[in-house]
Amino acid sequence: MNLRKDFPIFGNRPEMVYLDSAATSQKPRQVIAAMTEFLEKHNANVHRGIYDLSQEATDIFEGARGKMARFVGARDEREIVFTGNASEALNLVALGYGKKFLTSGDIVVISAAEHHSNFVPWLRLRKEIGIRIFMLPLLPDFTIDYRILDKAKIKKEKIKLVALTQASNVLGTVNPIAEIADYLKRRKIKAKLVVDAAQSIPHMKIDVGKLGCDFLAWSGHKMLGPSGIGGLWARRELLEAMDPMLSGSHMINEVTEEGASWNRVPEKFETGTGRLEGAAGLGAAVDYLQKAGREKIAGYEKELTEYLLETLIKIPRVEIYGSKSGKNRLGVVAFNVAGVHAHDVGEILNRKQICVRTGHHCAMPLLARLGVESTVRASIYLYNTKEDIDRLAEGIAEVKKIFRV
Amino acid sequence: MNDPLYREIILENFEHPQNYGVVKNANAEKTSVNELCGDKIHISARIVNKKIAEIAWEGEGCAIARAAASILTGETEGQPVVKIKKMTSEAFLKKMGITLTPARRKCALLGFATLQEAIK
Ligand SMILES: Cc1ncc(COP(=O)(O)O)c(C=O)c1O
Repeated sequence: MNLRKDFPIFGNRPEMVYLDSAATSQKPRQVIAAMTEFLEKHNANVHRGIYDLSQEATDIFEGARGKMARFVGARDEREIVFTGNASEALNLVALGYGKKFLTSGDIVVISAAEHHSNFVPWLRLRKEIGIRIFMLPLLPDFTIDYRILDKAKIKKEKIKLVALTQASNVLGTVNPIAEIADYLKRRKIKAKLVVDAAQSIPHMKIDVGKLGCDFLAWSGHKMLGPSGIGGLWARRELLEAMDPMLSGSHMINEVTEEGASWNRVPEKFETGTGRLEGAAGLGAAVDYLQKAGREKIAGYEKELTEYLLETLIKIPRVEIYGSKSGKNRLGVVAFNVAGVHAHDVGEILNRKQICVRTGHHCAMPLLARLGVESTVRASIYLYNTKEDIDRLAEGIAEVKKIFRV
Repeated sequence: MNDPLYREIILENFEHPQNYGVVKNANAEKTSVNELCGDKIHISARIVNKKIAEIAWEGEGCAIARAAASILTGETEGQPVVKIKKMTSEAFLKKMGITLTPARRKCALLGFATLQEAIK
């Protein structure tokens, strides 16, 4: 794709092979420049001053909201709430919506492939208000088995919320969210559909209308943007009905000694001074991805994903957890080398400047189902090359040599 | 091969662990987990006359964690409990004879810390 040159870190670390983009992506020059420019030329607090500088800062901040809205296909930019990251966005759904509208005995459906950030907030609600959690298992192709709801011995009318990941951060599987939304409608399950798009948004075109979801959560740092800023999309009526998680400045309309009334959305959820330069960077990340072309990126990544899978499949003793075909799948591949612990694999790869993630990937229930304690995970993005994957294969050969397997 | 970390002593103890299992009638026992990576080591020992009469370990973990637990049980069997209580982490790491990064020190000391807890 020839975009690698836009990422200064690769110039600064020419020997590095970065295969951990599922944890966080590297940042292009354009994103770094947008943040620097904000700080050097436009920095002031937003929505406060009447002077020009403050207006400029506000325009950039709100401009980023607009870009983000168009990026996910939202009708209205006020439907985008800036949060710190995907985890915070999911917590906002659980605490701002769930805690207000769910009651004891209501069912929240999730899948066995959820990241802890889309699991633990629901566990918390179970403890605090007595909701029940129904965990959908996975099919042999590693997608979510949602049709099991037909047979499940649960009261359908009690299902109030379905919270699923669009792409698994361990298996790489892309789940058919639109199909699931359609299924819920046909079965007359009137549940709100929450989509964790942390892994999918960097790689796929997303349109909340086409997905048929009610909430969408993501992080900026996985989609070329800075860390510390992410978002939640929900339809305006929903946001208006929800409670804020935090309170303080900026999120109120009027404060008297007797009380305060909440500001309109999305400010109601954005207490205190926001991530100003973060928003500038996120806006630039959206521009970058749009300019590179979402279809083009997906096409290039599919090719790399297939090459990564082919390469790993060819190495004896390498066991892949997840689909071995590039279909409906992102370039996130979890694997182990039989007889060697994931940490030892990671340690030896690190010596060759190959960055991979090792461990449970914040998905312990999934790893338990896969019957492993930890795995190695290699994940690609638009700046990776086939050469990176060849270097990974060389690294694994070294692991096998040292461990005599 | 002469790897600075995966030395023969480590690989040997990883591939052929000493004292793997659970001691019957143990009177000192403890399980610890390294939350960062999920490594888990269980140590069980039978203390007779203030000495470690028998000790065993079991668990899941990387080569460093497993080899360290294996070496630990080999080093402490038959030793007086007071002597083990006085042993510092540094002294134990020295016995392993490898250089470790801060992240891997945790792996190497998981069994050691578990044993210290068990005999407290
Ligand atoms: C599927 C999924 N959901 C949620 C998260 C949480 O993202 P963050 O740590 O940015 O909040 C991640 C990140 O690892 C993820 O992969």
